[in-house]
This record gives sequence, C-alpha cells and structure tokens, in this order.
Amino acid sequence: MSKRLTGILTPIISVLLGIIVGTIIMLISGYDPVAAYTALWNGAFGEVYYVGEVIRQFTPYILAGLAVAFAFRVGLFNIGVEGQFIVGWLASVWVGVAFDLPKVIHLPLAILAAIVAGALWAFIPGFLKARFRVHEVIVTIMLNYVALHVTNYIIRNVLAAKSGDKTEMIHESASLRSEWLQSLTDYSRLHWGIILAIACCFIMWFLLEKTTRGFELRAVGFNQHAAHYAGMNVNRNIILSMVISGAFAGLAGAMEGLGTFGYAAVKGGFTGVGFDGIAIALLGSNTALGVFFSAILFGALKVGALNMPLEAGVPNELVDIIIALIVFFVASSYIIRAFLDRIGKKGVK
Amino acid sequence: MKKRKVGMALSLVLAAGTLLGACGKSDDNKGTETSKGGEKGKAFSVAMVTDVGGVDDKSFNQSAWEGLQKFGKDNGMKEGKGGYSYLQSKSDADYATNLNTLARQDFDLVYGIGFLMQAAVEEIAKQQKDHHFAIVDAEVKQPNVASILFKEQEAAFLAGVAAALTTKTNHIGFIGGMEIPVIERFESGFLAGVKAAKPEVQVDVQYSGAFDKAELGQSIASKMYSSGADVVFHAAGATGNGLFKEAVDRKAKEPSKDFWAIGVDRDQADMGPDVVLTSALKRVDVAVQDLSKKSMDGNFPGGEVVLYGLHEDGVGLAPINAKAPNKDAIDKAVKEYIEKIKSGDLKVPQTRDELKNFSAK
Repeated sequence: MSKRLTGILTPIISVLLGIIVGTIIMLISGYDPVAAYTALWNGAFGEVYYVGEVIRQFTPYILAGLAVAFAFRVGLFNIGVEGQFIVGWLASVWVGVAFDLPKVIHLPLAILAAIVAGALWAFIPGFLKARFRVHEVIVTIMLNYVALHVTNYIIRNVLAAKSGDKTEMIHESASLRSEWLQSLTDYSRLHWGIILAIACCFIMWFLLEKTTRGFELRAVGFNQHAAHYAGMNVNRNIILSMVISGAFAGLAGAMEGLGTFGYAAVKGGFTGVGFDGIAIALLGSNTALGVFFSAILFGALKVGALNMPLEAGVPNELVDIIIALIVFFVASSYIIRAFLDRIGKKGVK
Repeated sequence: MKKRKVGMALSLVLAAGTLLGACGKSDDNKGTETSKGGEKGKAFSVAMVTDVGGVDDKSFNQSAWEGLQKFGKDNGMKEGKGGYSYLQSKSDADYATNLNTLARQDFDLVYGIGFLMQAAVEEIAKQQKDHHFAIVDAEVKQPNVASILFKEQEAAFLAGVAAALTTKTNHIGFIGGMEIPVIERFESGFLAGVKAAKPEVQVDVQYSGAFDKAELGQSIASKMYSSGADVVFHAAGATGNGLFKEAVDRKAKEPSKDFWAIGVDRDQADMGPDVVLTSALKRVDVAVQDLSKKSMDGNFPGGEVVLYGLHEDGVGLAPINAKAPNKDAIDKAVKEYIEKIKSGDLKVPQTRDELKNFSAK
C-alpha cells in the first residue's frame, strides 16, 4: 500500500472509528444514535442557513489549523495560536472602530492590523527560542494568558462603550460581512473571510512546497543540525516560521472580529479556536489541503451538535467526546497504519 | 519512525493544551433528560438559550431553566418542540445560531439568558421580526424584545444589613465576579446596607475577573479572612464556590471562630450549613415564569424593560442561618428595611456614584 494512500486513509479511518465508538457510548447511555446523527446532520447541512453557519464556523478553524501546521512543519509547537488569535481579533476591531476610511483602504488595513498583531505576538516565542533556546511551548502557553488578560484590560479601559464589557460595532467600511451572502444563506453570519481562508491554504502550500524559503523551512523542521550544516540560517527560519504562523492565527482572529461578531468583548476564558486548531492540524496531517478538510469536519460537528439536544434529546457534549475520540485515534495512528500495512501485504500475497 | 515520534509529540502537546484550556472553564455539564415532544397545533411554546454556563451551573441558567420547567408543567406543556425546551451554548459564537434555531422552530418566546447574549439577541431580533424574544440581565431596545432586569441592589442591601449585624470584627469582605453593571448593583446595594445598619464597619471590595474560577475565589476569601474579615459576601457565580470551601475549611479547623459566607442568586445554604449566613436571592425562575405567563396571555411587553425587585418577589433574602448569634435582631432589622424599600421610603443605590450620596436616614 502506497504511503500516500495510507496518509489519506489514516484520518478517514480515525473519524469512522470515532463515530463508531461514539455510537457505542450513546447506546450504553441509552440514547438513540440514529436520531442523534440525523440531528447532527440536519443541524449542519439540513437548511441553507446551517450550511452558512458551518462555513462561518470553519473559516477561523482553517486559519487556526494552518497556523499550527505551519509552525509544526518547521518543527515548532505553536500552542499560542489561541493568544495570537485573541490579539488579532482585538487589533482588527480596534482599527475597525477607530478609523473612518473608504472601504478599499479600511478593510485591508484592519485585516493587516490583525496579521501584524498575531505575527508580533508569535515573534516573542520565536525570538526567545532562536536566541536563548527557551522552549516555545512554555512561552506560548503563558502568552495565551497574557493575551487574554491584556486584551480584556484594553477592551474594558480603552475601547469599551458605555456598557463596559465590549467595544462599539466596527464601521461598515471595515466589515467582512455581506448582505448578499447573508441573504443567500437565509441570514446566517456567512462572510467574505472564507475567500481569504482558502487563499491562505494556497499560500501555505505554495510557500512550503514551491519556494526556496519553504524548502529551507522544511529542512529546519526535518533536521536542524543538517540544515545548519547545509549553510541555512536556522535561527532566522525559526523566527520566520513563528511569525508566519502567528500571522495566520491573527488573521483567524480578524475573521471573528470583522466577520462573525463585528466587535470584541471581554472574555472570561479562552475561545477554544486556537486549541481546536491543534486538533485540526493533527487530523489534517499538517498539510494545507488536509487542514482544509478537517476544518470543515470540525466546523460541521460543532455547529451540528447545537441541534442535537433539541431534535434528538442527546446532550451536545457528546460531540466533544466524538471529537476527542477522533483525535485519540489520529494520535494513535500507528495502530491503524500497522493494520493497513498488514492488509496491504495480504493483498500482495 | 520519525513521523511516529512527531505524531506522539503533537498529541501530547495537544493533550496538554486541552488540559490547560480546560483550566479556564468548568465543563461538567451533564445532559439533562429530554424527552421528545409531540407536535401540537397552535399551543404556546417557549424556549431558552443558556450562555456558556449551561443549565446546571447552580446559578442563573439553572434557575431560569427551573422556572421554565415549572411554567411548562403548570400549563401542561411537553418538553421539546412545540412545548418548552432549551439549547446550550458552548462558545460566544453559538448564541446567535441557537437563538435563530429556536426562532426557526417556531417557539413563541425565546429567552437569552445572561448579559453576554445582548448583542446576539439584538441581532437576531432584527432579523426575525415576527418572533418574540426576551433577555435576562441586559437591555435590548427592539420592539419584539422584552428585557428582564433585577433590582439586585435591594437583595444585596438586605444581605449587607445581615452582614453588618453579624460581624464582630467590624470587617466584611465583598467578592465580585466581573466588573459589569449587574455586579456593580450588588456591590452598591451591599455597601449601602452595611452603611445603613452599622456605619463604622469596613468593607473590603475585590473583583476576581471571572465567574468560573473557584480557586481564585478561594484565594481571595482566604486573604479576606486572614486579614480579619468574619463575613464575606460573593456575587461571582461559580467563583464564589471557593469562598464556601475556604469558610468550611477554616470553620472545621477553628470551630470557635466565626467564618460567615453569604451566597447569591439562589439559597446557597447547602454549600455549608455552618457557615452560610444567608443568600441574596435573585429569582430568575420567578421572572421567567411571570414573563412567559404574560406572553401566553397575549400581553408580551415588547420593547419594554421589565424590572423585578422586592415588590415583585423577583429578589429577596434567604432565611438567616439558625446558628447566627443574633438571628432575631437581624430578622427584625431585615423586615423593617423590606417594608421601607417596598413602600418606597428607601431608595437603594444601584451605582457607585449613587452610593456616594446615599444616607440611610
């Protein structure tokens, strides 16, 4: 069996196994799995409204997944996507609220602000890693908390409207929303961000696979010492990869700030998008195309799950269990791969 | 081999990330039994959307759902579509989807529970002009939205009176959740109550910045008790659970000393029978039932703010702990102040600015 086919089959089998084990759990706890999965499907694709919501949901997921995947290809664990996402969100809203410009300038400026904010936030762990060999996992996790509380502080003390816990709505000229897309999907919150997210998939693929710089980045990911020996600047590539990863994460924040919400509110805890991004990158085996498809799956599961208590009486936490199971099976993909190899061998004989 | 290691490492990191992410949230929502409802012609139906707390947060989401269940049972409605139901939100992004889903399922009245949902209710109400919505703890100015607000300051005032009459050290603590108008009303009312009953008492006010961090509540409570406070009131949701834990622990170590705690929203006496002095009640269940009834009778107060205070039984004070040293005096004082507030003789301040100009006499 070819390596490529195994690479595609492993996540698919993981997803199926996740669903099968989820079914068993539902049967044990006395719920009707058929009704539950029907409700899940209807809640994700049953009406054009829900399709719009699914697309809206997986837009930031794609970018968060790309952010994790990109750093990972260079051998870095960017756990800080959540924090970069939050600062990107705030930066885009800040520009959206503070300026009043024509749309051609305002919207790109707000998006750029989010990208720069996320990139700068990721530059810190990248720099510390390159200069002092401080492990990026520790730094990024801590920076998540710093991002959460600093943005809360800024929203509350600098940007908040009179109510005190969220910013004003961004100006129309900075919004990614579109009446046309909304009317097309029966008032869902679908916005233009999806185009950007898909474009970013291409950018990541092109950058990594088709450019010299991408080759260097991947080389650092495969073996730092070999890359260094080959005359590549390892430290510069580490910083660069974190900055690009942070830029994707910041852009994901702009999707929420300029598209879904149109404002930034004080948060009591993390949004979870950044952490979901880790699972999405893992399921998508860190490739642009894989991330795209696994983001769709996660988006559909999350939106569809909301419908489960109402239509089937199944608690929507069950979808969290299924997602956890899928991640578990992907992580233990060695078992699946061994199994596939065995079947492959039998086929030859 | 390399790939396998990489996969292992990434999944370990993922597990760590998930754990750390989970630190911030309490995610112990058990699924509530939901039976399927039959489709009935034009019967009144009502549903609610929880915020991220879920229907078993032991606080206002739960209270609202209890109110809705009671309303449904009293009126012979079935749980599910066409009767009464709820949807749970798992992130801020879910509010609008959930509200929209319920409106699409043709529920006659859809509640958004909590101030977090203000923007979502406003947005969906503009789109679904034919549907009725209600929001708790926030104001939305749309003709098809009724806003439910509480006079939390009145309940907190009574709690302040009880606290002031109980303290021996003349030192009281207040733990707030996030600095939002609702909690400011609690704080202002509580301080006014203390001031009215015993002006020389000093109150230590602290905010935890979150409604779901019990460990933070506990460390704040610990500092307050250590610095001499003997009564602490919390208006901090699940963060306040740490207060009860700290009070119970200290009481167990030193039974002779006083470590009183005052609960919020519902009667939290069950959190520690020896330490819970009383609770400032906020009857979201009463408000939800009342508004559902009005709506069923065709008197939906669209575009209005419906205020629930002492007078409407929307707020109140739970019974004083029988172990409190001067329970009778407290009961008497509380009763007097209830009369004064109900009759309008006493206006309880609801902001810090109003508190500055407040005098009990």
